[in-house]
Amino acid sequence: MNAPRVVLVDDHGLFRSGVRAELGRQVDVVGEADDVQPAIDLIGKLLPDVVLLDVHLPGGGGQAVVQAVKADHPEVRFLALSASDAPEDVIAVIRAGARGYVTKTISTAELADAIHRVAAGDAVFSHRLAGFVLDAFAAAPSADDPKPAFDPELDQLTSREREVLRLIAQGYTYKEIARELYISVKTVESHVSSVLRKLQLSTRHQLTRWAAERRLT
Amino acid sequence: MALIASPGIARHDGYVEQPPRWSPGFDPASMQHWHRGPFWMRRRGGNGGPLRRDPADRLLGGVASGVAAWRGFNPTAVRIVFVLIALVTTGYGLVGYVAAWLLIPAAGADRSIASKARTDARGIALAIGLGTLLTLILLVGGVFNDSWFASWAWPQVGTVAGLVLIWRNGSSDEQASLRHYAEPLGAAVGETSRNRRSVIRLAVAAVLIITGAVSLAKTRASLALLAPLGGAVLVIAGIVLVLGPWWLRIARDLGVERQARIRAEERADIAARVHDSVLQTLALIQRRADDPQKVVWLARMQERELRSWLFEGRGPNEADADMTLAAGVRQIQQDVETRYGVPVEAVTVGDCELDENLSALLAAAREATVNAAKWSGASVISLFAEVEPEEVSIVVRDRGQGFDPDSVPEDRKGLAESVHGRMTRRGGTATVTSAAGEGTKVSLKMPRSAGQPAGRA
Repeated sequence: MNAPRVVLVDDHGLFRSGVRAELGRQVDVVGEADDVQPAIDLIGKLLPDVVLLDVHLPGGGGQAVVQAVKADHPEVRFLALSASDAPEDVIAVIRAGARGYVTKTISTAELADAIHRVAAGDAVFSHRLAGFVLDAFAAAPSADDPKPAFDPELDQLTSREREVLRLIAQGYTYKEIARELYISVKTVESHVSSVLRKLQLSTRHQLTRWAAERRLT
Repeated sequence: MALIASPGIARHDGYVEQPPRWSPGFDPASMQHWHRGPFWMRRRGGNGGPLRRDPADRLLGGVASGVAAWRGFNPTAVRIVFVLIALVTTGYGLVGYVAAWLLIPAAGADRSIASKARTDARGIALAIGLGTLLTLILLVGGVFNDSWFASWAWPQVGTVAGLVLIWRNGSSDEQASLRHYAEPLGAAVGETSRNRRSVIRLAVAAVLIITGAVSLAKTRASLALLAPLGGAVLVIAGIVLVLGPWWLRIARDLGVERQARIRAEERADIAARVHDSVLQTLALIQRRADDPQKVVWLARMQERELRSWLFEGRGPNEADADMTLAAGVRQIQQDVETRYGVPVEAVTVGDCELDENLSALLAAAREATVNAAKWSGASVISLFAEVEPEEVSIVVRDRGQGFDPDSVPEDRKGLAESVHGRMTRRGGTATVTSAAGEGTKVSLKMPRSAGQPAGRA
């Protein structure tokens, strides 16, 4: 596959130049932006394969960028990047449509790998995001839930999906997960994609309440 | 101690069978002989020697394991067959078992119990004594002429016979403890009484029992209700007098045993605590010997910890009463990162209040994390905690150099005592998977106590 065309959106210039230098030839960084509005304009103009998007931007959250771009250019894919790891930010940007989330402490090789994955249409979960998702889709609906899950297709994780998420949360790579569970890497990817879909589309009550408890809007 | 778990067995549909967890002391090598064919057929070949009971591998008397070793069967299969025989013969198989137990010598002994018993004057005297007591009880039952009483009394025949037989069982420590229990009983029923008090006690008891029995016998025909009642009370009082000291001794010994066990557990807890705090800090100080400032800081911190544990009854690594599991995990992460300079990626799913068991779980997780930080050489350690309705699990994983769990020497207590001991003492489990060059994974599971609400924050 050709090196994916990437736009970097981050308010720290130092971080952008660092990522650009480290990623080098593994991806093709075609542009940089440091805030919400410039980012929306730039992405609309360049139409990159992947946008590497900081969750925290001065002019609003990263999800504002995702929402604005998705409306006109649904083919552009987003990989969220954050140092804060605050669950409300991460879940918000994923719910807005980002295809993955990684922490800023990720190694260069892993970041390049994640960008390639997102460009290919797969989902990328960091260990922390996996933890959040497991938390949000926690086991059984509670007794006081007035509106129990009505769509098991969307509102529940399968036990295999939970297993995969657990291993991601323990820092396993997809390859290691595949070996651990005796499945192919492709199967791991499809499990993660299916979790991402549920995360984005589920109207599950628990998810709403879980987000509300963490001051998610 | 065998802590390592095999990587699991793949089923054709891709799911993984959890391998059985090996209990400490279980020797995997002994499994090698059983791995082919249905389990009742698995053989390791007879031992070729004469038939001997195997007291080392016994459930009851070691007859089944002896037969299994002799003919090369699986002991479990032999036991199942024995139980089936006992069921089919409505219990008479048990008599056969006892006979076999009596007639087959134990491994290493040259004579069987039966042949020894013939020359055991003391045991025969005791049997006769107990027989006398039994006869007395049966006589009282005969007075009632009541089938209920007879049916209650006859099982006593079996019990007494069993007691006497077990008591003569070879020269094991079991015999010593049984002798310990049986002695007051022997004294009660006619063996040489050593002191005046027991003679008086026995005399009073005899008078009470005889008076009671006589009044029972006499008034049975009359319709006066009070007299048989009084007789029964007298008989009971007599029996209490005879057997009372025996029961007291058993109860007291049980109490002593329980205390000893509690003491041993406390000692193990203290050893684990000291290892986690003082020994760890001393190891750190040795490593940082060239940095006086750091050494002073470490020493001061350790002093503070030790004081708060000794004099305020609370370890700083122990959780505060109102702390939650997620906060505890965060604390481990911060402490290990500051002390050892290795990043810890902590992920917590769900949360709950801490109790004693979960504090022990956290302490074990802390130890595993510290171990990984100190020895693995990995650049990052992942710490994953998940609260589920029934249990809380923590996984500590690194991609470091790994080790062979079987080669850890006994005196390096970190893994064995702090992690494994801590978990099993409180009903949890600890599984360590590691191989040289492939990193280490420590999985800890602790069941949640029933009283706690299964709330997820």
